[in-house]
Amino acid sequence: MTVPFDAPPLSLTSPLQAEKLCVTYGRRPVLSGLDIAFPRDQVTAIVGPNGCGKSTLLSALARLHTPQAGRIALEGRDIRSYGARELARALALLPQSVTAPEGLTAAELIRFGRQPHQSWLRQWSAEDGAVVDAALAAADLQALAHRPLEAMSGGQRQRAWIAMAIAQQTPVLLLDEPTTALDLGHAIEVFELVRDLAAEGKTVVMVLHDLGNACRYADHLVAMRDGCVVAAGPPSEIVSRELVRELYGVDCTLVTDTDTGAPLLANVRRAR
Amino acid sequence: MSERPRIATDTRERRVGLWFGLLCGVTLIVCTASLLFGAGAIGPAQSLDTLLRALTGRMTDDNAWFAIESLRAPRTAIGVLVGAALAVAGALLQAVTRNPLAEPGLLGVSGGATFAVAIAIALGADAATLRVPVAQFGALAGCLAVLAASRVRGAGEDPVRLVLAGAVLSGLLYALTSLVLLFDERTADEIRFWVVGSFAGRRPADVIALLPGLGVAGLMVIGIARPLAALALGEHVASGLGHRPRLVRLLVVVAVALLVGSATAIAGPIAFIGLVAPFVARALAGPDVRATLWLCLPIGAALTLGADVVSRLVVRPSELPLGVLTALIGAPVLVAVVRSRRLPTL
Repeated sequence: MTVPFDAPPLSLTSPLQAEKLCVTYGRRPVLSGLDIAFPRDQVTAIVGPNGCGKSTLLSALARLHTPQAGRIALEGRDIRSYGARELARALALLPQSVTAPEGLTAAELIRFGRQPHQSWLRQWSAEDGAVVDAALAAADLQALAHRPLEAMSGGQRQRAWIAMAIAQQTPVLLLDEPTTALDLGHAIEVFELVRDLAAEGKTVVMVLHDLGNACRYADHLVAMRDGCVVAAGPPSEIVSRELVRELYGVDCTLVTDTDTGAPLLANVRRAR
Repeated sequence: MSERPRIATDTRERRVGLWFGLLCGVTLIVCTASLLFGAGAIGPAQSLDTLLRALTGRMTDDNAWFAIESLRAPRTAIGVLVGAALAVAGALLQAVTRNPLAEPGLLGVSGGATFAVAIAIALGADAATLRVPVAQFGALAGCLAVLAASRVRGAGEDPVRLVLAGAVLSGLLYALTSLVLLFDERTADEIRFWVVGSFAGRRPADVIALLPGLGVAGLMVIGIARPLAALALGEHVASGLGHRPRLVRLLVVVAVALLVGSATAIAGPIAFIGLVAPFVARALAGPDVRATLWLCLPIGAALTLGADVVSRLVVRPSELPLGVLTALIGAPVLVAVVRSRRLPTL
């Protein structure tokens, strides 16, 4: 079953929306006429097969790509009308597989998150310090504040990067594959942090590789294929055997997690 | 939570401040040495005596005072300015290319400035004030050429390849400079000593000619230091923090051209200061380019002026060209940087 993704109540409460969005790389269309709205204060996961355009969508939402057609509205305003620092105070982005210079500590990394709030006239302030402390606490990194990033576990390092985005104090947070290259335990650390952020009133949009984690940790799912949205809605409503087959070309048995009510994929096998 | 000591205020900042003060003290000592020691007949004791008399307003020996005021003082000022400028230019270039080997002298930036000045002198311009903008233009062209070469696929990934591209460009530019000298004997006489790098025989007016370019570059560096630090986290992260990476890179290139052009116009191409000073500064300052830039000022000044003082003393009563001396210090450091395991992660 596929639920219409442009249901009016959702778009009314959405801080971030795209209308008829088209992005091309050279002559190859990556996103073709996408309409999408992300629900406020919820976690949205964008899923789909490799090359479906999900990372490109995230880049376009952060204004790293200029769309050939269509528009993106942040709090009802076209993102092209935002100044560079103004946008960075409204929307934070954590790109995929980021690296920091050797020796940089968690606290030093998180301080970078205050840059959109600073200028020639407004240098580092006590408020910035308090925000950095709060971000360290939110990511549960107080004890590791002065440890260099390369001396941390993968999960701690990724939490430090997310804490930098938290320190930007934006209502919207975009994460591109925040758990790639993390093992199960470290991935869960990151997902639980993301849940906490949404609970405190942040709109989180993340691109995820793994449909199972997306069902477990997202309130809202956007399924993409070939640059189009195939389905959007709460995981328990839109995930079906047909959708899984359409996205990944695999058959599976769907069961419901009795603890969380989220759909679980079992017995996944190649479709015949 | 509020009574917890503030984590964000960093101990590293205090340490960098301490180093900065200490290194400024070292620079002052080197400056004093530069005023006291010379290749000529006036020895350090006599110089010190003259200097103290002059400071307390008493009569001085004219000969000694002339040597200090007209020969050694401008030379000292030039040493400080050129050293600081080259060190900052090196740190900027290294930050923007994310390559610890990116040194203006190795990448053909100094070579571009040298070639431009040689052409200008061959064409008949002999006013020293004209040299500065000409050299800045040449440095800009050299900078853009080598960065364009580093954009070629794959070359940007490997720090050593950028240096190879720069070495080829430098070699070409110095060959062309030699060609110009070959055709024009007057130019050759005027330029021969300059081309190996030297502070000898500079007048106070030469110092003044440097100030506008260095001043503008200084203001630019203050403006771009913060976004440049963010660029170390990657282009997309810097964009996400509200910076414009292309604009920052362009401004860095212009600032480097101003700094290297000024330095080269007055002192000739001096290699390796832009490599050695940031290398030491980074070791003391840690990963933040803003701290590195601060420490580069005294380190570059002390290193360059120190080398100049030594160059006056080793083969008295003549002088060793400064460029030769900096190369003797710099080459081993280059080898050390290349051999170090931490090379690609700037």
